Amino acid sequence: MMPTRARRSLLTAAFLSLGLALTACGSRVDDAGGTTAAAESCVDTSGDSVKIGFLNSRSGTMAISENTVFNSLQMAADQINATGGVLGKQLTVVAEDGASEPTIFAEKATKLIQSDCVAAVFGGWTSSSRKAMLPVFESNDALLFYPVQYEGLESSKNIFYTGATTNQQIVPALDYLKEQGVTSLFLVGSDYVFPQTANKIIKAYAAANGIEIKGEEYAPLGHTDFSTIVAKVRDAGAGAVFNTLNGDSNVAFFKEYKNLGLTPATMPVLSVSIAEEEVGGIGVDNIVGQPVAWNYYQTIDSPENKKFVTDFKTTYGATKVTSDPMEAAYTSLYLWKGMVEKAKSFAVPDIQAAAGGVSFAAPEGTVTVNGDNHHIAKTALIGKIGPDGLIYTDWSSGAPIEPDPYLKTYPWASSLSS
Amino acid sequence: MDILVTQVFNGLSGGSILLLAALGLALTFGQMGVINMAHGEFMMAGAYTAYVCQQLLGSAGVSLLVSLPVAFGVGGLLGVVLEATLLRRMYHRPLDTLLVTWGVSLILQQLARDLFGTAGVDVAAPAWLSGPVEILGFAFPRSRLFILVLAIVAVVAVTMVLKLTPLGRRIRATVQNRHLAESAGISTRRTDMLTFFLGSGLAGIAGVALTLMGSISSNLGTSYIVDAFLVVIIGGIGQIKGAVIAAFVLGVAQSWIEYSTSASIAKVIVFALVVAFLQFRPQGIFQVRTRSLV
Repeated sequence: MMPTRARRSLLTAAFLSLGLALTACGSRVDDAGGTTAAAESCVDTSGDSVKIGFLNSRSGTMAISENTVFNSLQMAADQINATGGVLGKQLTVVAEDGASEPTIFAEKATKLIQSDCVAAVFGGWTSSSRKAMLPVFESNDALLFYPVQYEGLESSKNIFYTGATTNQQIVPALDYLKEQGVTSLFLVGSDYVFPQTANKIIKAYAAANGIEIKGEEYAPLGHTDFSTIVAKVRDAGAGAVFNTLNGDSNVAFFKEYKNLGLTPATMPVLSVSIAEEEVGGIGVDNIVGQPVAWNYYQTIDSPENKKFVTDFKTTYGATKVTSDPMEAAYTSLYLWKGMVEKAKSFAVPDIQAAAGGVSFAAPEGTVTVNGDNHHIAKTALIGKIGPDGLIYTDWSSGAPIEPDPYLKTYPWASSLSS
Repeated sequence: MDILVTQVFNGLSGGSILLLAALGLALTFGQMGVINMAHGEFMMAGAYTAYVCQQLLGSAGVSLLVSLPVAFGVGGLLGVVLEATLLRRMYHRPLDTLLVTWGVSLILQQLARDLFGTAGVDVAAPAWLSGPVEILGFAFPRSRLFILVLAIVAVVAVTMVLKLTPLGRRIRATVQNRHLAESAGISTRRTDMLTFFLGSGLAGIAGVALTLMGSISSNLGTSYIVDAFLVVIIGGIGQIKGAVIAAFVLGVAQSWIEYSTSASIAKVIVFALVVAFLQFRPQGIFQVRTRSLV
């Protein structure tokens, strides 16, 4: 028998271990803070090359997703260099690891701007990483190109958002469901800023369009047991489920969904965070036929996309897939090139002035930069997951949708921005 | 009535998953006093074993059944290596084992990323385990029934080993009084190693079961390790029956509170209840009583 004191210390240690594991799971969301006042830009454009920065999580929980974005950016830089560079200058890439920590993103952004003197930074994924970097870019008057769809309600003159804002992804997804004759929805999401904000928008839309919200459930990030939530979904009997779960939770959710005998035919689950990359991990069998909302799929039939997919597979391997954030990252580098060439300058104020109207024939279709809110006009596509794990377009908004991060042009959303 | 049956079943099912994850810990932590933070990664190893078996064998049904014993061996082997190389040197230093095994868990996670890539992989469930089955008019997911049965079988097997086999006698003797066991001629080192093999092997089996429920990626272990430790602490150190009761009580509590509130709130309430419970019974539900003088 162990002495009592030893046992007590054992319990203490056990609790310590719980704490340790909990800290390991949670991520800190601190403000960047304390950035020094804007110094004169130190970007060196005198030589025959110019530096740009890539800031992605190469380690930590987000590395799964952000490595693919990094690869895509690297490929775009290589292609631009192979075709003569930007304004005749070759691009020199300085890559930094954000390590899935917002504070590190802020630190590395400061380093890229102040000591590497890069002309622009490309990267970031989570909204918390973007929020942490925003004050850094604003106080240094530098440029960030952010490639991921997000919850909207933001617009900085120092950030260009090349992923979708809510009116280019969530609102079209709701239009699609309404067209399909869905009259009631069940909302399932992870418990953090994006799903909460998205669901506020969905509820406002539903109220204005006569769609009944049958239930709203949030699961903590990393939640693994969805038996209760899926049971609630089944019993509520909604016309469709709107899914804003993030990460591994999707796997547990869809396995449970299938286990309870629910199918896309009886109750479709429309997801906004599942792309080609994630389908493999969930298991095609568990998710085939379910709709998703994005602006790009690997299967888009255009010469630009065929070239993009072929180039990517040649560079990184035939088994690799291309997804929306990867395409948005690739596009962001070409848009920056377009802005620089239009401004005939690498200086931030010149680029900001020239940005409006710059367009690029992207793999997703032609996109155009909005000079006022620094988002880009893009076409919304609803896809369905095929038996091969790829996503096939089922519905399209037809034309690029002008970005409206604050949903000012939608009367039903007037209560949201206040 | 419908809700009652569904939620009780969901609770028992959640409890059985917790129990599978915690059973091995109840042996290594409960019986030996080693805080093994890498226990979760042994589960991860079990899950990846199921994946590799499926890639090699193809058929989902056969590979699941084959992977159960294989994962037991893989988990057990990992445990023995860990015990023989590191833990043996630091018994009675719980804080050191905590940090060392945490380091090992990080190494194993990185190893999994290097071997299998950063994206999750999928293990297809066999046809006879997918979808629900109707019993008395209620739909129960087959995979959850399978895990429930697997957990019960595992508990019965462990109890039999502890009660009926010479190894079980030696383990119990070592737990109750290590010095007396040694003076009675038991090789406690050998016993420790076998206990660790058994405990870690159970983690491997739990990993295979988890492939039916959730994602298979390098952070599979971290999702379950906290709950597994909770079960062992509430159950009481040194007792399998404590872990069984604790797992099912936690599972049912979680599912009921989650049904009437939300998943996040339920987690908080369950944690608060556990803390309150440990204020009154810091030793857990059961404790080993002995006549030893300390």
